[in-house]
Amino acid sequence: MAENLLEATNVYKRYGDYTALNNVSLSIPKGSIFGLLGPNGAGKTSFIRILNQITYPDEGTILFNGEALAPKHIAKIGYLPEERGLYKSMKVGEQALYLAQLKGLSKTEAKEKLTYWFDRLEIGHWWNKKIQELSKGMAQKIQFVVTVLHNPDLLIFDEPFSGFDPINANLIKDEILRLKNQGATVIFSTHRMESVEELCDEIALINKSNKILEGTLVDVKRKFRTHTYEVALEGVNETILMSDVESRGFKIADADFDTLGDEFTCTIQIPQETAPNELLRFLMEKSSVTHFKELIPSVNDIFIKAVNNHNA
Amino acid sequence: MSQLLLIIKREYLQKVRNKSFIIMTFLSPLIFTGLIVLVAYLSKINNAEKQVISVYDETGLYANDFEGYENYEFDYVSTEKEFAQVTSQVVSSEKYGLLYIPNEPVTKLKDDVVFFAEDAPNMDVINYITEVLENKAFESNLKNDGVSVEDIHKASTSVNIKIENFNGEESSKTANILKLVFGGAAGYFLMMFIIIYGNMIMRSVIEEKTNRIIEIIISSVKPIKLMMGKIIGTSLAGITQFVVWLCIGVVLSVVVSTIFHVDLSTVETPHKAMLENSGAMEAMVQDGVIEFFKLPLLTLIVSFLIYFIGGYLLYSSVYVSIGAAVDSETDTQQFMMPVIMVLMLAVYVGFFTVINNPHGTIATVFSFIPFTSPIVMLMRIPFGVDLWEIVVSVIILYLTFVGVVWLAAKIYRIGILMYGKKPSYKELYKWLKY
Repeated sequence: MAENLLEATNVYKRYGDYTALNNVSLSIPKGSIFGLLGPNGAGKTSFIRILNQITYPDEGTILFNGEALAPKHIAKIGYLPEERGLYKSMKVGEQALYLAQLKGLSKTEAKEKLTYWFDRLEIGHWWNKKIQELSKGMAQKIQFVVTVLHNPDLLIFDEPFSGFDPINANLIKDEILRLKNQGATVIFSTHRMESVEELCDEIALINKSNKILEGTLVDVKRKFRTHTYEVALEGVNETILMSDVESRGFKIADADFDTLGDEFTCTIQIPQETAPNELLRFLMEKSSVTHFKELIPSVNDIFIKAVNNHNA
Repeated sequence: MSQLLLIIKREYLQKVRNKSFIIMTFLSPLIFTGLIVLVAYLSKINNAEKQVISVYDETGLYANDFEGYENYEFDYVSTEKEFAQVTSQVVSSEKYGLLYIPNEPVTKLKDDVVFFAEDAPNMDVINYITEVLENKAFESNLKNDGVSVEDIHKASTSVNIKIENFNGEESSKTANILKLVFGGAAGYFLMMFIIIYGNMIMRSVIEEKTNRIIEIIISSVKPIKLMMGKIIGTSLAGITQFVVWLCIGVVLSVVVSTIFHVDLSTVETPHKAMLENSGAMEAMVQDGVIEFFKLPLLTLIVSFLIYFIGGYLLYSSVYVSIGAAVDSETDTQQFMMPVIMVLMLAVYVGFFTVINNPHGTIATVFSFIPFTSPIVMLMRIPFGVDLWEIVVSVIILYLTFVGVVWLAAKIYRIGILMYGKKPSYKELYKWLKY
């Protein structure tokens, strides 16, 4: 048994003169939620379509659970595309049954599982409604059910929360986490960085057809740390402190001064080789420290920084 | 159940359950029969109306010659009255027309007879009058030369040429007409079927694109399976519709002709009335039935099915790729034009060259070209086409079909995931190479 559910190695995909994927390699560990990030048109959808065998790579290999990706794996993948919809004039139940059967479930099996999921999401009474009678969010729920219905090992969600109100988005988020806990591996592509922070164990960043970043969320953040600390001090002369800080070789990053009563807040960047304790010790000598916290870059910051660096 | 079957089943049920499809299926034969009944009824009324033609015969020689023609009656006016007076009478009494025969010897009339009428007269009546006048002159000339009419009748013989091919199979004019009708109907039917149901398939492809369900489906199904499922499912729906139309049509025509006592056959051929009088109509019907059973029916039916399926599948793959390439039905025009033009070309070649010369060069060539062969060959087959020709043409057709499906599948695979802009022919060509 492979450790990674999915292993893409040196994948190329070209459309005519345009290269959509340029030597992309990705490893997606079993049981993880993997954030596939990148600007619009970076090549995420091309990669996802290759995983779904909608298109095929021009070069490179893709292993699914240690085996070369083959048509038989389609039944083990659930895909919720970004551009998604349903047959407008078909009834909900009929349509869900049809899509489930296309994934290889028998009719009775499909019915059983659909009943379970429809009850779970409390949408059982929609069974005989036509899609055109439902709202967009309702239709999205049905698409979600159809994606996860056949208990796939790999779930691919492309912008799963678009079209949901916050309550339903939360509901879906909990379902995704529950599926992960039950052993599913999830590829999650989105532009909503806060949900990446919340859900993902690993991320990869694709820009202009190239993978520019990959790793666990923690590692990536560590790699992008700026050694900047947010501190709050009490009973201190700002001007004296500032010159002292500079003379110690620390840098006051951004002009982020903030005085709350007797308290003075600022952010200080220290050289990479300096340990944070040194800064703390230095500050403690000058005043009483009421707040000391490392400023960890958000995924949003990392995204912007990495893409800008790569484009430059 | 296999994926292909699932897709076929869904496509079929979706089409057949569609309200407008059901309405079309059951309403069109009613409308169609309604129209025929209306036309038959109107022409009956039209024919029932008596039309009177006044005859101003200065010679007095034609007193009993104009006996009447269809619903036209002839009324001899006394020549004691002035011609001008008669004219005004005819006009005021709203008669159909006035025939003026000047006082000249029957053989010298030539350009002097005049027919006055308010509106342009029915040409059949004019022909009838001309015939009567000419016969009179003919008989009169004979009489002057001392030959009696009886002698002429005795002297003339009617010859009926039998037409046979070298295998000793007889053919006749009726048979030729029958063959034309058969071939023409088959070719025309195929064209209509392609246009109606090809469009339907195209629309269902576009629907999946605009619904954005396509990516969900092709993540479980190979595009070519989806494509074939759509083609087959829609065709089955089409065949269902045609069968229903046929059944309703037969039932309705029986019902209508018994209830309304409208002889539907009078609609097409006004001359039947004449033939009926002489019993020729019955002879022709008998002849027709005999000739019908002389046609190579089995060959006709088998070749019809082969060409129908091949031609329909060929064109539907083209329609599918058009649907996949565009975003909405309004964008299809540019790609539909060539398809419709080829179909029209096939039908025109069929109707103009096959009728004149079923085995001429043009008809033969077009019955080998795959996009026209189903229609043109179907029109030629009733006239007898060598087996090898049919076999070669069918092989070309089906090979082309395989090739076109392969190309269509490529365009389909790319096109269904392309949104936003209408591709040019150049881009379509590029897709083929992806």
